[in-house]
Amino acid sequence: MAKKVAFLQGNEAAAQGALYAGCTFFGGYPITPSTEVAEVMSVELPKIGGKFIQMEDEIGAMASVIGASLTGAKVLTATSGPGLSLKQELIGYACIAETPCVIVNVMRGGPSTGMPTGPSQSDVMCAKWGTHGDHPAICLTPASVQELFEETVRAFNLAEKYRTPVMVMPDEIVAHMRERIVFPEPGELEVINRTAPTVAPAEYKPYDTSFGDVPPLAAFGSGYRFHVTGLNKGQDGFPTTKAAWVQAEEERQVRKVDANVDDIVQFEEYELADAEVAIVAFGSTSRSARFAVNEARKQGIKAGLFRIKTFWPFPDKQIAALAGKVKAFITPEMNLGMCTGEVKRCAEGKAAVHGIFRVDGEPINPGQILEKIKEVK
Amino acid sequence: MAFDYDKYIRPGKLPHIWCPGCGHGIVMKGLIRAIDTLGLQKDNTAIVSGIGCASRLPGYMDFCTLHTAHGRAAAFATGVKMAKPEMNVILVGGDGDGTAIGGNHFIHACRRNIDMTYIIMNNNIYGMTGGQFSPCTPTGAKASTTVYGNPDPAFDVAKLAIGAGATFVARGTAYHATQIDKLIAEAIQHKGFSVVEILDDCPTTYGRRNKFKSVIEMMNRLKDIAVPVKAAEKMTAEQLEGKILTGVLYKEERPNYTDEYAKVIERAKK
Repeated sequence: MAKKVAFLQGNEAAAQGALYAGCTFFGGYPITPSTEVAEVMSVELPKIGGKFIQMEDEIGAMASVIGASLTGAKVLTATSGPGLSLKQELIGYACIAETPCVIVNVMRGGPSTGMPTGPSQSDVMCAKWGTHGDHPAICLTPASVQELFEETVRAFNLAEKYRTPVMVMPDEIVAHMRERIVFPEPGELEVINRTAPTVAPAEYKPYDTSFGDVPPLAAFGSGYRFHVTGLNKGQDGFPTTKAAWVQAEEERQVRKVDANVDDIVQFEEYELADAEVAIVAFGSTSRSARFAVNEARKQGIKAGLFRIKTFWPFPDKQIAALAGKVKAFITPEMNLGMCTGEVKRCAEGKAAVHGIFRVDGEPINPGQILEKIKEVK
Repeated sequence: MAFDYDKYIRPGKLPHIWCPGCGHGIVMKGLIRAIDTLGLQKDNTAIVSGIGCASRLPGYMDFCTLHTAHGRAAAFATGVKMAKPEMNVILVGGDGDGTAIGGNHFIHACRRNIDMTYIIMNNNIYGMTGGQFSPCTPTGAKASTTVYGNPDPAFDVAKLAIGAGATFVARGTAYHATQIDKLIAEAIQHKGFSVVEILDDCPTTYGRRNKFKSVIEMMNRLKDIAVPVKAAEKMTAEQLEGKILTGVLYKEERPNYTDEYAKVIERAKK
């Protein structure tokens, strides 16, 4: 049988991806340009007995999804820049309480109200450093409607597998463009659910590291009674200020991601084998970059593209390896140098890094990138 | 036979953090007696709090307990209740947590009439941070940030809850200990969002700054200002000056949120 094909908007694809992954709860607050995610969830979730709630504010939306996640539900919220700033308080809570949840953040201009309908890629640092304290960060930056669907599924998988919040961050162009999408059949994409406890309720500890760095998570109302707090906690879930426990738990929370970068980090290499100039790009900008690479190749310039799919954890290893092979990097992005700084960090001076920055609400076009390729080749 | 509180307390989690003379322990015992009276199942009951002295209560209780962020108890609890409507959800916290930083979540939980019970321990002060004035500190009172007297007017928590749409609102005091469990039990039984304000005392950060010589004096004040709603009906405005009504202040039957959402599901499935 032919697969189901549709002409879908990016935000709609994110919602459909969440449903494919088994999401049964959405808590949100309206904000441009992500609102369509909430609209689709409000229509689709009750059809399958799921729950949609429009909360009183962005913080409340984040709180509601964490609460629902603790009952065992797979949960989603969606927002954009100013909402992401507000959600940071409880993104930190989800990190320390190790509660799986997925946040779709559609990147618009900022800071503050900025340019609500203009595209941007300037929230990528907020995804890593937005909430205070040391914490793990996973952030996916899809570049097409199809990929937004698939990466939302993967975001749920990573959230459930590592018991941590995961962000899906399309820029406004990817979120609002309409493209052909081929829906995967049920079972075609992997769907991961959190590990349930195997011990008896009396023995259960919510952060029991004898099960590894990602301890099983029980659900409220399932016969397991446990305590959840935003305070530093011991393996039993109760607050502690005991130095050794706090140190160990903090390190473990970050290690869940750091020790698993090869499982989490995904990227695409295009025409890089013999490339002298490597463009490092993500989201809609990577589409312009691919076009520019093709044009450069036609003109005999050895250009290639490293497309970031997983922005956090950053593909450190891959960029470092490229730095030893290429003469220069070009980093086009719709911000003032966030990815560029990361590429410089990884390149350690072995290759020059040339940024192309746009924050005027206009996309970076292929011509702009091609011009830079010719300049630095 | 003495009431067995230990049945509901997590082994090894006492002593609590509350100061000698603090009323929070009296409220916790009242909550336990109410839970016992109603026969709520531990596995099927979530106790959710925010941040502050009162919000440490869930950690001592042998239930599904969720100590959230400052002011966010109602919003987390809404997620729990929506996802698992069959669970009993009880919120606890202080006046600053619930009516200042958590004020927005509080009024919207009232408006939705979601079937949960919110116990607000109102001791008129931010105790954990050392005694700064809260939205419930009386005008003129001293706090560490109002040493010249508080210029702010105070919230009436019960009126706020009623105005925002809560369908059961009651008030008690830490002095009237045996009334607490009755009010809480009635609140939990009520189908809809119920609020129980317990006037409480903070001898450490409020009492000593406001010329209360002892905990007994603070407790006596609670005794003196409390007037049961029934008794108040026969009193003149003059007699009620400076008094605070206690008992069930408001009750109405109105569709609750999770039942209404169940209807949304039915309509969506058609």
